Amino acid sequence: MIKMILRRLALGAITVCIVSGIIFAGVEILPGDACTAFLERNAQGVALANCRSELGLDRSATERYLEWAGNALVGDLGISAGSSRSIAEMVGDRLNNSLLLALGALILGVPTAIFLGCLTGLRRDRPIDLVFSTSAIFAMTIPEFVSATIMILIFSIWLGWVPGIVLTPAQAPSIEFFPEVILPMVVLALVMTAHILRLVRSSVIEVMAGDYVQMATLKGVPYWQIVFRHALPNALLPAINVVALTIAWLLGGVVVIEVVFNYPGLGRMMIDAISDRDLPIVQAIALIVATVYVGVNLFADVLSLILNPRLRTMYARKS
Amino acid sequence: MTAVSEARSTGRLLLIAGVIKDMASRPSGLIGMSLVAFHVLIAILSPWIVPYDYKAVSVELMFNPPSGNHIFGTDHLGRDVFTRTLMGGREALVVTGFATPLAVIWGGFIGILLGLVGGRIDEVLMRIVDAFLSLPWILKMLVLIVTFGTGLEVLIPTLAFFYGIPVIRIARAATLDVVARDFISSARARGHSRLAIVRRELLPNVLDVMLVEGAMRWSWMLLAFSSLSFLGFGVSPPTPDWGLMIADARGYMAFAPWFVLAPIIALSSLIIGINLAADALAKALGIDRSQKAPQ
Repeated sequence: MIKMILRRLALGAITVCIVSGIIFAGVEILPGDACTAFLERNAQGVALANCRSELGLDRSATERYLEWAGNALVGDLGISAGSSRSIAEMVGDRLNNSLLLALGALILGVPTAIFLGCLTGLRRDRPIDLVFSTSAIFAMTIPEFVSATIMILIFSIWLGWVPGIVLTPAQAPSIEFFPEVILPMVVLALVMTAHILRLVRSSVIEVMAGDYVQMATLKGVPYWQIVFRHALPNALLPAINVVALTIAWLLGGVVVIEVVFNYPGLGRMMIDAISDRDLPIVQAIALIVATVYVGVNLFADVLSLILNPRLRTMYARKS
Repeated sequence: MTAVSEARSTGRLLLIAGVIKDMASRPSGLIGMSLVAFHVLIAILSPWIVPYDYKAVSVELMFNPPSGNHIFGTDHLGRDVFTRTLMGGREALVVTGFATPLAVIWGGFIGILLGLVGGRIDEVLMRIVDAFLSLPWILKMLVLIVTFGTGLEVLIPTLAFFYGIPVIRIARAATLDVVARDFISSARARGHSRLAIVRRELLPNVLDVMLVEGAMRWSWMLLAFSSLSFLGFGVSPPTPDWGLMIADARGYMAFAPWFVLAPIIALSSLIIGINLAADALAKALGIDRSQKAPQ
């Protein structure tokens, strides 16, 4: 068991190493560097050489990679090419804001999704299932910027309940983002709920058709006891991995939503950095997001290993 | 030889006809296929059927609400929204129409190969695939697009490359799954060559999975393409595109909702259509995708 968890940890660490390599190589292959972007048309001759030696860009790629990766390991993400500020500091505020948004969406979305998933799974093909399953398909297929735009049109322009755009500056304390942050939270929660709901639903249906549920029914175990004692613990296991994927997505991939609502999170910082060709920031954000992705998935894997005795023994026999 | 191959190709045609019939027999499949067919048809025919020039700007016509002359109204530059909505899917369909098969072919090829070869190479390449998947899609794509431009010759290979990576995983898993089944070992016991087993036993089974995967990829790619346009990294104006139109219209939503609603309805109906058709295709081919999380 511990051996397996260690193996997972090692695999995760290897993946993060490869990601850092890809990020570094990717930026390296692109034409131009921080100096040509910063100096623009003046990027030639002495100015360019000075800038490069100042930033240490004249050393070999391997040397720079090792320095970059080593510094990142101890939390030093380098200096922004555009504003000469420490990236760790700049990313800090944005990460905070992204966490606020993600946390709100999770608190709203996950319980709703699990509740509705169980409900629709247990009431399969009844009207209530059809209503929620169909709405879920709509919510997960329509692009986020479309659902966000529709929500702004309805709740902020037509009904006037909540603001449709965030104007609070990035450094403000989290509490000041209310009520502006409510609508983006709701939109994210909606998309997320749809994904988790669909999975929980099909998982509940599968479990309820299982032999042991039938056995319990034949033995005369009351319906609700079957549902809560036997079916749900098994049905909810696969949800752990989807929730993990969702968390990773919330922390890294909500660029579009942040742009729509003008929300100062990590995603918008990423877009701005790419447009400004501020490559050190792009590298730093990519590394953070990838590490979060690997970490959250790892945590989910280990958690489902611990919670599922069958999976545990299956893997133990294999290795 | 020709008779055999002819018989095989008519057999294949019958099979395809059967699958399409099965898809059409489900109400959701019929709706999905009709929506997709409708959009493809409009995209092909729109240059000949639109009532106005898509780039004709007019100051007098700014923000006209829907009327007899302009049934979806006009936009902030006085252009006809109906015309632009009809033509707004062309670029998206061309890009995703090329990029989707490319992604499925290259990802599928590598995935099947890895599934068959296994061993060290498989282990290493799958780690690299994992690493790529842990980076947000928009970051990977934007870096390339910002560097190389937003033309079709950049967008198609970029989308095809990045959307082929998750296909590797699916194709590999499908290959491993099929290889372990009984009919492969019995073909091996009958003494068929490796190549023959791959061609006749493995590929047809993996191909079904790839088809469904391709249909899903198509809708995700369309989503990615319109999100890029929306963010200003896709189609360049004045070419009509739904993502771009929604981005333009957002600022005027309060007093010109028709301008934002027309492209929203067009884009959403195409994506929902593709999803419904993909679901029906999965059911017709007997593949259960309900368990898979999106990537």
